Order: sequence, then C-alpha cells, then structure tokens
Amino acid sequence: MHPFSYTRVTDTRQALTAGRDGGRYIAGGTTLVDLMRETVERPRTLVDISALPLREITVAKRGGLRIGALVRMADVAAHRGVRALYPVISEALELSASAQLRNMATIGGNIMQRTRCTYFRDVNADCNKREPGSGCAALHGVNRTHAILGTSDDCVATHPSDVAVAFAALEATVVLLGPDGERTVPFASFLLKPGSTPNREQALRRGELITAVEIPAFPRPLKSGYLKVRDRQSYEFALTSAAVALHIRGGVIRQAKVAAGGVGTIPWKLTAVERELIGKRPSEALWTKAAERAADGARPLQHNRFKVELLKRTVERQLRIVGGGK
Amino acid sequence: MSPQPQAAVGAPLSRVDGRLKVTGQAKYSAEHDIDGVVHAVVVDSSISRGRITGMDTRDAEAQRGVLKVISHRNAPELAYREFPFIPFPGERLHVFQDDRVRFFGQPVAVVVATTLEAAEHAASLVKVTYDAEKASTDLTDAPAEAGPLPFARPYSRGDAEAALGSADVRMEMTYRLSRNHHNPMELHSTIARWEGNKLTLWDKTQHVIGTQNELASVFGIPPADVRVLTPFIGGAFGNGLRRWPNTTIAALAAREVKRPVKLVLTRRQMYFSVGFRPAYEYKLRLGSSRRGRLTAMTHDFKYETSSYERFWEANLALGQMLYAVPNVSQTPQTVPLDVVTPIWMRGPGYSTASFAIESAMDELAYKLGMDPIELRLRNEPDEDLSSGHPFSTRRLRECFSVGAREFGWHRRNPRPRSTRDGDWLIGTGVATGCYDVFQSAAQAHARLDADGTVVVQSATHDVGTGTYTSMSQVAADALGLAVRHVTFQLGDSRMPPAPPQGASQTMASVGSAVQDTCDKLRQQAIKLAVEDERSPLHGVDADDIVVRGGRMHVTGNPARGETYRQLLARNNRTHLEARGSYSPVPEQDRRFSMYGYGAVFAEVAVDARLGLVRMRRMLGVYDAGRIISPKLADSQALGGMIGGMGQALLEHTVTDHRDGRITNANFADYLVPTHADIPDLKAIYLDGEDYKADPIGVKSLGELVMVGVAPAIANAVFHATGRRVRELPITAEALL
Repeated sequence: MHPFSYTRVTDTRQALTAGRDGGRYIAGGTTLVDLMRETVERPRTLVDISALPLREITVAKRGGLRIGALVRMADVAAHRGVRALYPVISEALELSASAQLRNMATIGGNIMQRTRCTYFRDVNADCNKREPGSGCAALHGVNRTHAILGTSDDCVATHPSDVAVAFAALEATVVLLGPDGERTVPFASFLLKPGSTPNREQALRRGELITAVEIPAFPRPLKSGYLKVRDRQSYEFALTSAAVALHIRGGVIRQAKVAAGGVGTIPWKLTAVERELIGKRPSEALWTKAAERAADGARPLQHNRFKVELLKRTVERQLRIVGGGK
Repeated sequence: MSPQPQAAVGAPLSRVDGRLKVTGQAKYSAEHDIDGVVHAVVVDSSISRGRITGMDTRDAEAQRGVLKVISHRNAPELAYREFPFIPFPGERLHVFQDDRVRFFGQPVAVVVATTLEAAEHAASLVKVTYDAEKASTDLTDAPAEAGPLPFARPYSRGDAEAALGSADVRMEMTYRLSRNHHNPMELHSTIARWEGNKLTLWDKTQHVIGTQNELASVFGIPPADVRVLTPFIGGAFGNGLRRWPNTTIAALAAREVKRPVKLVLTRRQMYFSVGFRPAYEYKLRLGSSRRGRLTAMTHDFKYETSSYERFWEANLALGQMLYAVPNVSQTPQTVPLDVVTPIWMRGPGYSTASFAIESAMDELAYKLGMDPIELRLRNEPDEDLSSGHPFSTRRLRECFSVGAREFGWHRRNPRPRSTRDGDWLIGTGVATGCYDVFQSAAQAHARLDADGTVVVQSATHDVGTGTYTSMSQVAADALGLAVRHVTFQLGDSRMPPAPPQGASQTMASVGSAVQDTCDKLRQQAIKLAVEDERSPLHGVDADDIVVRGGRMHVTGNPARGETYRQLLARNNRTHLEARGSYSPVPEQDRRFSMYGYGAVFAEVAVDARLGLVRMRRMLGVYDAGRIISPKLADSQALGGMIGGMGQALLEHTVTDHRDGRITNANFADYLVPTHADIPDLKAIYLDGEDYKADPIGVKSLGELVMVGVAPAIANAVFHATGRRVRELPITAEALL
C-alpha cells in the first residue's frame, strides 16, 4: 500500500471541495482498500464520505424509487419498498458478494466498483485500464471470465456488479452533484464501454459525487427477478446473469426490461430481446426466440466461447421464471 | 496385566483446545509476542525463468523504518550442507544465492522494516530487471521423463498387453486433473530470533524436527542450536510438510538485522513460492470379461514437477492392490517445468489415481450394464496382489453394504438421465476410497505430578486434526485418569521426536508411543504401590491392578486401592515420569498389507441447460480401524468430503503459460466450496480395531476421507446427465 492522507467530511460542500482538489471518495471501502493493498489503486488523498446524509431510500407516490448513494447493499436488499416494487434489485444484491461485504458496501460504491479482471489486479501484468498503453494481457491470455460484449482490442474486462445489471435493465438514472450543481445521467451512459480509453470507466466529471440512484416508475404489475449463473453457489462473480422485468396486461407483454451481467464490459442492456417480447403473449417458444437475440454482436475470446450459449440460456430461463411457463 | 478400561477413547469429545481457539488465545506462528520484532516482506520475481540483471533498491531503502533490503547481491553465502531428508531427487532452492529465476513468484529480495506497512510499501518500490528466457509451464506440451527413481518405478505383473489383446471388453480413457493449491486459512508465517548462534523459530510447519534439521543444514549450525515451535496450526493439508524459502528468509533476515524478524506470506504468495498438488494426465486402459472380472489394467501418466527437484507421490499403490487384476502395468512420468516443486496435498497420489481408476470402474460398469458396486465386489482381492501379503483388515464389502443401505443406493434407477426434479437432473455415484496405513518411529514423555495430573509431550503437531484431544484421550485411558487431568503438549522440537504430521500417520505412530509411555508410567506407579508396605495394594500382583479416575485398585475388588495422589504424597515424590516409544515393523518385515478403506456415495443435481452442478448429499463409510475420537473423526471426514468436492467441481490453479503467471492467486478467483455449496454430509465408521496394524488398533483416516470423493461426484454427474467428464474440475463448459 502506498502512503496516503485521509480526511473525513461531514457535508457535501466539504466533500466537493476535497474532490475538486483530487481526493478520492471512499465509503464502505470494500473495493478501494483491496486495490490499494495490491497497489493497483494509489490515491494520494482519501475523502471519507460515510458521514454524508445520503442514506435514505424514498419511494415516490407513483412507484419510482430513489436510493441514496450511501445506503448499504444489505439495507437496500432488505427494504420493504424495494422488495415489493423491484424484487430484481433485492435479488441481485442478495446474490452479490458475502453478507459481511453487503453490510459494508454502499450503492454508490457498488456501481463504481472496478473489474475483477485478474490482469487488472496484478500490477505486474499489462493492462490498459490500469496503465494506459501497456496492452491488454487478457485479450490473448486466460479469459474464461471475460466479456464477450462491448469489448475492444484494448480491454475485455467485465463490469462485476450485479445490482448494476438490474439498474441497467430498469433504466435507472444516476444523480450526480458537482461543483456546478446537480445533474442526472441515464444509467446507460453513466458506465462507459472501454473503446480505446478503458481507464475511463464512468461519465463522471472531476470532483463529482454520486448522491443517488433513481429507478423510474413502471406500470403495475411489474414482475421482476435476477438470475445469476456461477461455478459455486455463493460468493462469486457471475459467469452470466440476467435481470428481467415484465409488465404483462391482458395476457400481452406491454413492457420488457432485460439486461445481462458477467458478459459485458458494462451491464448489457438487451434491447433486441426486449423488442422481441413487446406486444407478444408469454410462451415457452417466445422466451426461446427472444433469448436467441441475447448474444447479438458477441465477440467471444479463446476461453469464454461457452458464454455465448450460456447467456442465451440464462436469459431464456429467467424470462420463463419471471414471465411464467413450464 | 489387566487391560485398562476404555472410558475416554471413543468418547465424542469436543476439542480440548477449542476454548483457546474460539477466544483467540491459541497463538499461531505469527502471533507470538516477541520483544523487538521487526517485519519482513518478500519481493518476488515477475518472470518464470531467466536471470536477474538489475535491482534498484534505493527508493525502498530510503523509506522511513526500512532497515535493510537483502537479495542475492548482498546476502551472505549460506552453508546449505547436504540434507538427506528431502525426499525429492535434485537440489533444493537456495535462497538469495544466485541470480537465477526458476519460477514465477520466486523470492528475489526481502525488505526488513520496523513496521509491516513500511516493509510492504518499500517492497513495492524495489525495481528488478530480468533477462527472461522462454519458460515452460504447461504439462501438456513439455517433455516428460521417467520416474523419478528410486521412488516411482515402472511396475508390471503378468502381461497386460497380451491380456488386453484377448479381453472381452477393452476400454481406453484419458483423465486430466488440474493443479490445486492447499489454501489453508493460516498463511505461512515465521518469527525468527537469534541469540548468538542459536536460532529459535516460531514457524508454521507440519514437522518441527524436520524444520529444525533443515534450518541447521542451511546455516551450517548444529541441530541442537535450532529450536522450532508450532503449538497451533491453522490448517496445512500437506503444505507444511517441507520448508519453503520464507522460513530461511526470515532466519537470514533476522541474522542480518540482528533483530527478531516476522515474515508472513501474502495470500497471493501462497500460490507462487510454496508447493501444490500437481496437474496430471492419466491414461488408463482396462480389459475385462463380460461378467466384469478385470483381466488387465495399464496406467500411463505424467504429472508436474519443478526444474530443480523431482517430485513424486504415492500414485502407484491403488493400481497395484485395490482390485484383483492379474495383469498390470504402470508407467509413471514427471514433466519438469519452470514452477516451484509440488508438495503432497491431502490424499496425495491416491486421490489422483482414484479419480482415474474409480471413474474407469464406473465407465466399465455402465458398459457392462452392471451395478457399479457389484462390479467392485466382483473384483475384491483375497490378498494384496502387489506383495502377496494378507490384509491386516479389509472390510470394503461391509463399507459398501452399510453405505448402500444407508444411502438408499438400490432405489436408484441405474439409467443415466432418468431422474429429474424441475430443471435439475439428479444423479448418484459411488467410488472406493483407500489409503495407506503409514507409520514412523515416535517417542513421548509423560510426567505424573503429585496433584494427580499428568503432562504428556511429543514433538508432534495439530494441524486441526485434533491431536491435542485424541492424544489426551489415549493418555487418559492408559493412566486411568479423566481427560481433564491430562495435558498434552506438542509442537516443540525439544520434545521427544515425532514424525511429520502427514500421510495420516500421527494417530498410529504418536498415539502408540503415547500409549506405551503412559502404560509405563502407570506400571511404575503400580509397582511403587505394591512394593510399599504402607499401601493398601502392598503385595498385590501388579497384573491384577487397574486404574480408574486416578485411583489404583484390585481388579474385582474396587474397595482395595488408593489414588496416585495418596501414593506420591506418602512417598514424598513430587512426580513420576516415563518415556516411551513406538517403532513400526520395518517395511521389509511386514507380514500384512495395511490400508484404510471407504465407500463414498454422492448425489448431485445438474442443471444441464445452465451447466451447474450442485451437491445434494454425500455419505462416506469407512474401515479406518479404531476410532479414538469420533467427533474429531467426523471433522476429518466431512472436511475430506468438502475437499474432494472442491477438487471435483471448483478447484483449479490457472496458469497463463505465456509467462507462467498464475492468474487466480486469491480466494475470489481460486474457488473452494462455500457453506452454501456444502450439502448434507454424513460419515459412518465400521466398528472395530486393527491390532495387526499397531498397538492402539487404528488405521488411517485424514487422507482416506479425501480419496474417492471426486470420482464419486463425477460418476454421479454421469448418472445425472449421461455425460462423462474426464477432466477436473467439472465446470459449466463441459456440461453445456
């Protein structure tokens, strides 16, 4: 670990000042501290924002949801409103990490977490995300767990978050506070595909602070859920995952919100799958047909070809679990 | 001599050191409070093979608190006297003695500082440059060589080729097992302290005497000047059976900075500079009659070793003695690679060979349309065909019959893919477990104090197996004391010598020595009593006296007797003491074939669409001889099943062969079972003893329980899905 200074702020104004001066925000620290110990992250200044008043979950009258950036993963997962309105969010959280980590880690930190790519986390390996221009060791290396969607020749690392997949599916927005005031960014454009600048991961401006994630209201009933496929039953990142939310009325799918995890450089919104579903009647055949589009555009690597088929099957299964059928 | 009643042995005691452990008072190697201790952090190589061409330590040395940076450039020459006790042919790694790099992650320097934080940071500032050579780390594409001799000789009996040629049924399969790491919770840790030329080490080791002697050889000092202590070990699974560079580095650093030094490897370093269970490629051919009588089996396999030592493990025995196969040939080969030397990991050799043999038996059973248990029973040998010796005990049939009943084996539909539960295909599988009854010479010392309590010592270990408890039970019965009046001490090289804690030899070897010692002590007390005119036991035949609850009395007349305390007080004795030992029958004089046996049953659920395998339940039935401590035996058996589950489904050390880097060197990416993965597990032990094996009637358990688990699971996966996976671990890719 490299030496660093540490300050604790108690209001957002102090936080923004410290952030503008180059401080790194830290809350639960479950990702950042790990990476500092591996010297992957070497911040000079840590700004502890844990004491900021960003711990509220509010349910809007029309059914939307606002989750403060500092609400712990465990608290979001257990929240009655979240469980009632968006089971996909609580399921995604409960399938993440371990109980201990969920008690520490915050929602803002969760969507900011960095990739599990083993080359990124190994300071002796080439990694454009960590060391721009050094190359991507994963591209032709050991890449079983890497991305098949949204990749570039410079980076094939997956985004590791589960709940971000649910947020992507539900078309959440991220509320940001910066020196120039507040702005909201659609989730789809908050996390960035690597392109030729894999070191840039979020559409954050210098010193900006995530204050909340907002989930829009949907017509009710909205059935939703999250499926995570992984080698072991607990405490592992997804090989593939699917977040599905469906609004079915009169026997017809009126709204379909689908995203996949473990396969993309960012949580992967499956708009082609959604399009296949809208206006159709739920059926086994429909789930299969729609899921066929889940891997559109996939560019598999040497060790992760299986993810193409596994992704389709994961989406198909979760459509059936949420939408019904055999 | 009247037999002592068995009261403590066989009782399901909790660990006598349990309270110390759960309250944090049990001190592991890094936790001892040593005055003036400073901290060392290892810098390791980022290439697999080549030479160090430069090392810039200026930034590191400039850090506040840094005392010294030591590498081959400034390390003193170390004696490295010839050391005959390393069983692997070749030459052990010499620490910081030259510029050669032999494997990725080899220690190339150590930073010593007054705080751990300063040492860690400074270590990250050491800049090393290399002249890298092409490294070879892939078992499948590097040349293999025979042996290693004299430990792994090719073997044959009968004429396997001819028998295969004329067999009704011939099969040929290649099985692959990936490299596994031991992953104990406790990291390799050492505190080294010099007082003049005398060295004391608090070191995580499964062999205090071995560490003592090896460090003496490295530094060229008499073994008597080295003391090694390891009172508690946080799991080892074989990884502590030899010394890795870190122990020497700690001692070297302590000598250089003239302060006690603590060195704890990082979790990442636990994958690079210490050994592992090697990857295998195992080709097996078999011939059988249509009725399932095996006529031939050939075993051609190769496995990883390092460039500088030739690793071997007991991978030949099962192929020679498990089944009644008249024609056998075995060709073991090692593949030297630019890796650290492998080391024995739980069930070494046996668990690997059993995956091949027990998978093949299952494949043959399906080919013949025969029940897999029935096939095994048809090939039960009457004697050990490799030696011609009778078995001391072999109750494998009973293991299968008890297991089949308990597991409900015969209710299964034998047809693959025949049982479904929603999206899950359900399958059951079975395999034989077997492991050697290995023994070594051991000694112990016991001292009975005037207060009627006893302290028993032996330089053995407790890696988590429960040695403190089981030895206390043996001592308690031999002395006729309650367990709470017995204190067993271990883990100090100054105690009476004991073998490494590996190969499941501790209970048989040290347990027998403890019993011998305590028998002698009891007889000494009885002799003192019967010869003491003031004793109520005066004049009684010593052979007619037993001891219960610390009181000696006449067999059949409990009223006539006295306690140890009364005896010692009246005779003004502060204590009585005795030393005892156990020496196994030398290999060449053995008249029996001695093995522990087991039948392992597994039930899995497979989501074939998603490639998921989940365990549903597992049962092991063991013929392990006498069970000294049933609760601890369960702890071993369930742990073995979980280890086997990891081997079967999860564990895989992944190497990037472009440069030999291990890419999953952490607990997030190297997968071991979590609680959520572990289903209903049950162990049953056949009642009985094996006094042909040793005086306390035990066989072996800790390794046995790992053997057969992986094939039982793989066989269950086949039964569930109809898909035969011959490569471990079984992951989604293989099942989609």
